[in-house]
Amino acid sequence: MDFFHVLVVLLESTIRVSVPLVFAALAGLFTERAGVFDIGLEGKMLGAAFAAGAVAAVTQSVWMGLLAAILISVVLSLVHGYASITQRGNQIVSGVAINFIVAGSTVILGEAWFRQGGRTPALAEGARFQTINLPGADAIRDVPILGPIYADLLSGHFLLTYLAFIMVPASWWILYRTRFGLRLRAVGENPGAVDTAGISVIWLRYRAVICCGILCGFAGAYLSLAMTAGFVKGMTAGKGYIALAALIFAKWRPKNVMLACLLFGFLDALAIRLQGTPLPLVGQVPVQLMQALPYILTVILLAGFIGKAIPPKAGGVPYVKER
Amino acid sequence: MSTPYAKLPGWVEYGLIPLINLAVAFVVAGLVVLLVGENPFEAAYHLINGAFGRGEYIGFTLYYATTFIFTGLAVAVAFHAGLFNIGGEGQAYVGGIGVALACLWLDKVMPWYVVFPLAILGSVFFGAIWAFLPGWLQAKRGSHIVITTIMFNFIASSLMVYLLTRVLKPLGSMAPQTRTFAEGGQLPKLDWLLSIFGLNVGTAPFNISFLLALAAAFGVWVLIWRTKLGYEMRTMGHSPSAARYAGIRESRITVITMMISGGLAGMMALNPIMGEQFRMQLDFVQGAGFVGIAVALMGRSHPGGIIPAAILFGVLYQGGAEIAFEMPSISRDMIVIIQGLVILFAGALENMFRPAITRAFAMRGQRAAAVVQTKGA
Repeated sequence: MDFFHVLVVLLESTIRVSVPLVFAALAGLFTERAGVFDIGLEGKMLGAAFAAGAVAAVTQSVWMGLLAAILISVVLSLVHGYASITQRGNQIVSGVAINFIVAGSTVILGEAWFRQGGRTPALAEGARFQTINLPGADAIRDVPILGPIYADLLSGHFLLTYLAFIMVPASWWILYRTRFGLRLRAVGENPGAVDTAGISVIWLRYRAVICCGILCGFAGAYLSLAMTAGFVKGMTAGKGYIALAALIFAKWRPKNVMLACLLFGFLDALAIRLQGTPLPLVGQVPVQLMQALPYILTVILLAGFIGKAIPPKAGGVPYVKER
Repeated sequence: MSTPYAKLPGWVEYGLIPLINLAVAFVVAGLVVLLVGENPFEAAYHLINGAFGRGEYIGFTLYYATTFIFTGLAVAVAFHAGLFNIGGEGQAYVGGIGVALACLWLDKVMPWYVVFPLAILGSVFFGAIWAFLPGWLQAKRGSHIVITTIMFNFIASSLMVYLLTRVLKPLGSMAPQTRTFAEGGQLPKLDWLLSIFGLNVGTAPFNISFLLALAAAFGVWVLIWRTKLGYEMRTMGHSPSAARYAGIRESRITVITMMISGGLAGMMALNPIMGEQFRMQLDFVQGAGFVGIAVALMGRSHPGGIIPAAILFGVLYQGGAEIAFEMPSISRDMIVIIQGLVILFAGALENMFRPAITRAFAMRGQRAAAVVQTKGA
């Protein structure tokens, strides 16, 4: 195994683990830009992964699974929206609650419906996503340098992987080039101004929350329909929080979101890769340190030591019309 | 935003509304039980019986409650200063280092009543340190305390895996845990307390740290409502701008509050480590830091409410284990759902039923006024 080959393998797994992070972090981008903080990304992703696994197992259709994932995730988003927009409840509390409810329900329902220790049955071929080979991937494989990059790195991913990376410019376009996006960002900075302009703050925030739900649905579906064949309990394993960290690390900007997710994904892939192998100069790095690195980096960033992460001004504050 | 709701009598505010929220949470949880295809009333029976049916069960209930009093107080203290300490989990976890170090150092040469105070100091110290950093970062560098404490939970988790697999694990052992403590590292059980009521504590690990938890609850009450610091904390929580105008040093209060909060969370570690397992294991906190959020919300951040709320969650944990045992299709994860629902209805949706209740009281008030009028005429 030469260095180049190792690098390609590493980058390939970086892309694989980054996909759910990209979806979830973009999901957070939409709500948080609209002024609704969301630490329920983890719960929504987990709920979506379960719905996808369960429905795909029953219907044997990957598309029904994907649909169910999006549906559940949007419903959970609406619960969060109802609590934090309509009822003006504490957004953090609501997010925590959703994480709990989903963590418990997926296990209880999974066990009750499938009786396999909280997991859904292994999905057959038609019930999960298949990798897509880009045209000419096999033909070009033997070409040095370019061949492996095209055939192994760019080709052979799932539909959702490509969608995730398309969603990055798409989100940018929606947020910065459409009227909806402009208003969405405005509602996160100064809802009073948006209200004065005669635009409904509530409806805008609900739409942002729905966008978040859809994207978290993709993230969850990717976990149980593409990355693995079926749902395993607790399979998000903190990815929602990593996505949240990536979102902050990216300072709430779409392109940076992708880069931050790739960086955190890379650290994850590297941690697995480096397990037990000493590095030159530093010696053996504890895996735990590598795993904690995204969180440590986010804390350092938040502390303003590497640039300043300024959240949307109206984030976390329910909007009340002045009387 | 001032409170948009009319003022309600105290018993409605602190009694009826939390109870209604709790009842709704249980009804929804009952629906989940129905969805699983089981009888919710049967589950409720096993829950109550499993929590109170025998002295041993009560011992377990109070053992869990002890843990939740500590973490509930931790969250509540921060709430009073307007800070959301979501990092109780990490602080309790790291607090365990203090307990373990005191026990590993002295358990063979000193009796428990010498080790215990040192373990308390250790747990408070490590818990406070772990909360100091997020507090300091918020006060001085403006990072959001919620996000930093979440991050610190994960960092704590990695740190503890590292410590327990590499540093604190005895040589030749495979399990990621410290060695088992000798007698000096084991807290005496509170069997005498239950035997007053003619109950036998059995194998339940109900121990002396329960009394410490009650003392901590009293201490928090004194701190918040009877000291200058507490007054400043409440002022800051109520209105940061008013606090600033009054010359209260916001950053100082933030850091101190977080350290007290972290110290309380850290003390939680005493209960499982010295009271039950007699060693520090991986994941001994088991989500108690998050339960603290639900407990503080239910108990309205008042020690007088936190203790019953903690006991309620003790009931859920112990009774939930019994449900899982009696009704195999419902696992212990049912507790997690109920917990989430309590957080949702008692926390995020706490005002959902308020307009209706306020209206009901306004109507009653009007009727009473009308009665007075007719009598006068």
